[in-house]
Amino acid sequence: MIEVKDLYKEFNGIPVLKGVSTTFEKGKTNMIIGQSGSGKTVFLKCLLGLHIPEKGIISFDGRKHTELDIKERRQLRQEIGMVFQGGALYDSLTVEENIMFPLKMFTDNSYSEMLERVNFVLDRVNLENANKKFPSEISGGMQKRVSIARAIVMNPKYLFCDEPNSGLDPNTATVIDNLIQEITKEYQMITVINSHDMNSVMEIGEKIIFLKNGVKAWEGSNKEIFKTENESIVDFVYSSNLFKKVKEAYLNETK
Amino acid sequence: MNYLEHIGKYFIMLKQVFKKPQKWSVFKEMLFREIEDLGLKSLGIIMFISFFVGGVVAIQTALNVDSPFIPKYLIGFATKRSMILEFAPTFMCVILAGKVGSYISSSIGTMRVTEQIDALEVMGINSLNYLVLPKIIATLFFYPLLILLAMFLGIYGGYVAGTLTDLFFSEDYVYGIQLDFNPYFIKYALIKTLVFAFVIATIPAYHGYYVKGGSLEVGRASTQAVVWTSVVIILLNYFLTQMLLG
Repeated sequence: MIEVKDLYKEFNGIPVLKGVSTTFEKGKTNMIIGQSGSGKTVFLKCLLGLHIPEKGIISFDGRKHTELDIKERRQLRQEIGMVFQGGALYDSLTVEENIMFPLKMFTDNSYSEMLERVNFVLDRVNLENANKKFPSEISGGMQKRVSIARAIVMNPKYLFCDEPNSGLDPNTATVIDNLIQEITKEYQMITVINSHDMNSVMEIGEKIIFLKNGVKAWEGSNKEIFKTENESIVDFVYSSNLFKKVKEAYLNETK
Repeated sequence: MNYLEHIGKYFIMLKQVFKKPQKWSVFKEMLFREIEDLGLKSLGIIMFISFFVGGVVAIQTALNVDSPFIPKYLIGFATKRSMILEFAPTFMCVILAGKVGSYISSSIGTMRVTEQIDALEVMGINSLNYLVLPKIIATLFFYPLLILLAMFLGIYGGYVAGTLTDLFFSEDYVYGIQLDFNPYFIKYALIKTLVFAFVIATIPAYHGYYVKGGSLEVGRASTQAVVWTSVVIILLNYFLTQMLLG
């Protein structure tokens, strides 16, 4: 379990996160949602250790992030898989080399063993015949799949995704969402997804944390979103007419 | 940010760079890649420029030495001294600062703005050590060889220019380049080259690594990297010359 207690982060004296507390459980797709500038990315980067919070505790299965020494922190990071918004694939490396990179860095496996693992994860993300291509030679959806493959190649305990389906067409976005959910269940990972795509939230959001102005304004599941009276989340979700109609349909169905 | 803050941050960066590589096999792979990118790919431009600079120095010296009391072998002597002491180590390193400096700064800067550096950090990799140390070792190893080649080609360029223009006899030129040879000057040039190589690898890396924003900022960082690398090379050239020859 990832436990976050009273997380506080500021930049140049301006607070961005103001005492956020929550927990993320194993085998669940946890989603952080909120408007642009609400502190989602900063929250995710604090979890990843890319930002050091001013106050608060982040604990990965009992290991408090801020109390770890460099070696322990590096060890913890090897248990983390991350899917970046833009993919963050290394331009100079092929798809195969990109996925093999963490294996080369942290294991003593032979080349054939590493290749076997690479092919296994590529197969898992349904990507074929792309091994020798460079990131610039494949589509955005394929890049996201490669990024997911690279994130899971080391069998991580924790998977973090920053807007995994931004810039993708609705079909591909759904495929990526489902893939992340399947992998989470299959490997029993703790998955935390940062998104403002309501389709994703409704599709795979088993636990949703809504951030507003650096504060946790609401917490619940995708089912509970339709029933909640919380003004902040209602304003956010129903800023789109489509979801007003979805809500009406859902409520009529459950009557 | 003021200059002192930048200098402090630069040295803090170096502290992270000079750590033991996490995996020697990966480091070796990166090192060979950098030798190719930063060294071998600069071979052509350095050969071309040094050859013609040598030629121009020889022609200009010949045209300015028109007194019958000044021996013609001084043309070879002056070309050799200019190439060894200044043109090869300093002039070529300023050119490398432009070519390689902008490459280092923009490649690392692009990695920063496309979150590739964050991806390394999240994996638990010391990104500065992984990205910058191979560049430093590659330039320290390869640039002295490049500069020795530039010295040779510059002197040879002077010889070719003389024979093509008939401004001086080749025998005089060859005599001039053999005259009063001081091996310490080669040592001096190589010491300067090593210092400049370190500057060429690290200052652009600093500008690229700490860039914030998008492609425009990467472009700006690249320009700043070339300017500052050139300024530091010229300043260090002055101090090193004072220290080693003064």
